[in-house]
Amino acid sequence: MPRKLMKGNYAAVYGAALAGCQAYYGYPITPASEIAESAAAIFPKLGRTFLQAESEVAAINMVYGAAGCGQRVMTGSSGPGISLKQEGLSYCAGSALPCVVVDIMRGGPGLGNIGPEQGDYNQVVKGGGHGNYKNIVLAPNSAQEMCDLTMLAFELADKYRNPVFVLTDGVIGQMMEAVELPEPVSEFPDKSEWAVRGTADSRHLINSIYLDHDDLEWWNEELARKYALVQKNEVRVEEYRMDDAVIAAIAYGSVSRVLRSAVDLARDRGVKLGMFRPVTLFPFPNEQVLALPDRGIKGILTVEMSNGQLVNDVNLALRGKMISDLHSRMGGNVPSALEIVEKVSELYGV
Amino acid sequence: MAQKTVLRKPRGFIDVYKHKPGAEKDRTHYCPGCGHGILHKLIAEALEDFDLVEKSIVISPVGCSVFAYYYFDTGNLQVAHGRAPAVASAVSRANPDSVVISYQGDGDLAAIGGNNILQAANRGENMVVFFVNNAIYGMTGGQMAPTTLEGQKTTTTPYGRNIRTDGYPIQMCELINQLTAPVYIARTSLHDMPNIRKTRAAVRKGIQNAMNRKGFSFVEVLSMCPSGWKMDAVQSQNWIKENMIPRFPLDTYRDNSDQPYTVERPVPIMDPEEVRKILGFGSLKTANLRQNPDAVLRKVALRVSGFGGQGIMSTGIALANVGMEYGYNVSWLPSYGPEMRGGTANCSVKVQEETIGAAECTEPNMVIAMNQPSLEKFEKILVPDGVLMYNSTLIDIEPTRKDIKVYPVPITGMADELGDTRVQSMVSVGAFAAVTGMFDPGEIKSLMPVLFAGKSDKVMKLNEDAVQMGYDYVKDNFS
Amino acid sequence: MNEHREYPCPEIDPDICKGCGLCVAACPKDVLMISPKLNSKGFHYSEYAGEGCIGCGNCFYVCPEPSAVTVYLKDYVPEEVS
Repeated sequence: MPRKLMKGNYAAVYGAALAGCQAYYGYPITPASEIAESAAAIFPKLGRTFLQAESEVAAINMVYGAAGCGQRVMTGSSGPGISLKQEGLSYCAGSALPCVVVDIMRGGPGLGNIGPEQGDYNQVVKGGGHGNYKNIVLAPNSAQEMCDLTMLAFELADKYRNPVFVLTDGVIGQMMEAVELPEPVSEFPDKSEWAVRGTADSRHLINSIYLDHDDLEWWNEELARKYALVQKNEVRVEEYRMDDAVIAAIAYGSVSRVLRSAVDLARDRGVKLGMFRPVTLFPFPNEQVLALPDRGIKGILTVEMSNGQLVNDVNLALRGKMISDLHSRMGGNVPSALEIVEKVSELYGV
Repeated sequence: MAQKTVLRKPRGFIDVYKHKPGAEKDRTHYCPGCGHGILHKLIAEALEDFDLVEKSIVISPVGCSVFAYYYFDTGNLQVAHGRAPAVASAVSRANPDSVVISYQGDGDLAAIGGNNILQAANRGENMVVFFVNNAIYGMTGGQMAPTTLEGQKTTTTPYGRNIRTDGYPIQMCELINQLTAPVYIARTSLHDMPNIRKTRAAVRKGIQNAMNRKGFSFVEVLSMCPSGWKMDAVQSQNWIKENMIPRFPLDTYRDNSDQPYTVERPVPIMDPEEVRKILGFGSLKTANLRQNPDAVLRKVALRVSGFGGQGIMSTGIALANVGMEYGYNVSWLPSYGPEMRGGTANCSVKVQEETIGAAECTEPNMVIAMNQPSLEKFEKILVPDGVLMYNSTLIDIEPTRKDIKVYPVPITGMADELGDTRVQSMVSVGAFAAVTGMFDPGEIKSLMPVLFAGKSDKVMKLNEDAVQMGYDYVKDNFS
Repeated sequence: MNEHREYPCPEIDPDICKGCGLCVAACPKDVLMISPKLNSKGFHYSEYAGEGCIGCGNCFYVCPEPSAVTVYLKDYVPEEVS
């Protein structure tokens, strides 16, 4: 397979191009600008649309338009830009439009800084915009996964007619790794039942209004049924040295890379630490987390670059069977393997 | 089209308004005397007359015309407040052969979506915008609009619009007329029959422009809101004439419909073979170079650091690239952000057989320091027995630690000797190969077409020399 | 139902009409009027006097309700005859 050394941000765009993404609409923001830049370089060569929108708000509404026409479409941004896109995302979910959003998280709140953080967890995983909806959220931790999970994102978006996030941070976006480029997708789902194409038989309606209360309640129940299906079918996790682990550390994205190093370091010191990594944040691996205490795990440490957003989901999943501790770094600071191992030793006396 | 012998509900309308909830699927939701219905009818008639009903896509805004999709027998998208021009831009690009109609009211277009309309106009998107200006927010119950007249009472200007606190009514045609791209800009009115007929002509012109891919057409229509204005329909027409027209003069502000330019959009290339070719899959052959089992280092966690402009990032990328060609797992992570702009830049490179965890080298086993601040900063975090290579051309202090291996190499000096300071990166790569034993200089040179794709033979040769020079210096001085 | 009519003539659906009066004001021949009767929605609907229409189409184009007004023009041939 062809390999290329590339940044995570570029890999996401290659993944999009290979997945048959026909349009990219975005607005520049550090540390996600390279996504727009590489789309601007690659997409026109493929006859695909690249447009730098006038705002984040315009970009997500362009995504709404393209998705409504049945195109595979993507946008990319970071914290403050994602905040601005939330209304549009609610409309996309409310109108059941498939689309892909790449969020390269940065430090917040407010302008914060452009260092890596995971503070968008709540606004992305919990919906973020108004109303009862969810985004499907994939959390890559390598350049390869930026490509692969972006391709998967398009597939899931179409399968469930729902926005799908590729959620990661500046570390994964900016780092370069060897990426094996998969084959371009050649078969696409039929959207003729609902997509508006400006033809006689595509005179459909893309809409999120349900004036009648019963109708809107029905629609919300439909969405809930869809999300239950996603929860049932799409959970993905990665484990590392969990088979004989006594302590489990949970992290996603770039923190899971540090955690992998921490696990090796802990093992060198005789500490039986294992890594549990949710690859999907919605659907969250509730059952897998709930099963941890039954697998001989005596302590759970959630490590995140946010103020306890991930650990809330871990603890909800644990249903009180055990309570996860939290090691949190913020502001652009990345936890080191050593500090994680030391935290484990301090908390669990190992 | 044949001469009409009957004027009846145009075929641009859906026969039975199936999307409309409730029992009244044979009539609109608009109030008696509302201008929306008149404009809807003119649009629907034009779509029928030009045989465009099946090719058209109507974007419904937020406002009273939020339910425009009940009526038009076209493709329909209902969208967020103010965003119709952004949505329409993408719809038009996705379906270049269709006629895209953005139908908007004054709050939607001139207030919350003010930027979206200007930017779509400025891009010359192939669409027609129908802008219903009735100087008030109808759907939300009669609040001030951006086009509300001076002194006009609304529910949020109960004492009349005060231009000193609320600003002036916005003249959108005049604003859009400042932009170069739009082809057609007109303001018409529904206040009497001659003007309704002029509106009809403007509607048809705008739709024809979209049909002929002429670009962006903007038709502002002064329209009655009897409920919002608290008067009857006929009084409302008089109110337009007496109060609105002085502020919003009726005119064709621009008509370049005859200009020859047409909006062309590319056809997406989806064929997998074509996609592979364009993305350059053919050239991405891995060299599969043989790793040196006897290398001094077989697992490198490297920090490269120096001033911006010293090729810090490219040194790291080149090393990662070469490592990849030897089949190692590699990662490269830049320091990014403000510290990149001026001052010291650094990057982390990992080259190892095992799967790579953290990409940042918090405890490197090798440092390449290109300037003094870098030496001072990164010497401290080297692991015991780590390797410190530093640029002895620019650094005249000695490292303080005694538990590390030190390689002073005149990297900048050698690059200058070759006549181009920019080749310091490849001098460093050559020196790295000699220190670690991981790479063979000849094999690195064979990778030049990958490392310097698209560059001239001269540049490649120069960099080959740089690799050799860096390699030889270390071999000659430290073996 | 059309064969006894003289063309041009307007046809106003009394049940759809919302009685706004725009057609009455726009009629150059003053042959439209607001009915004293109410329709099922409680509107005083518009009515044609029965003669005098010149087929100008004003009432059709000024009417905001798509299916309230139909105007049969001078050359109209009822479908059952054609």
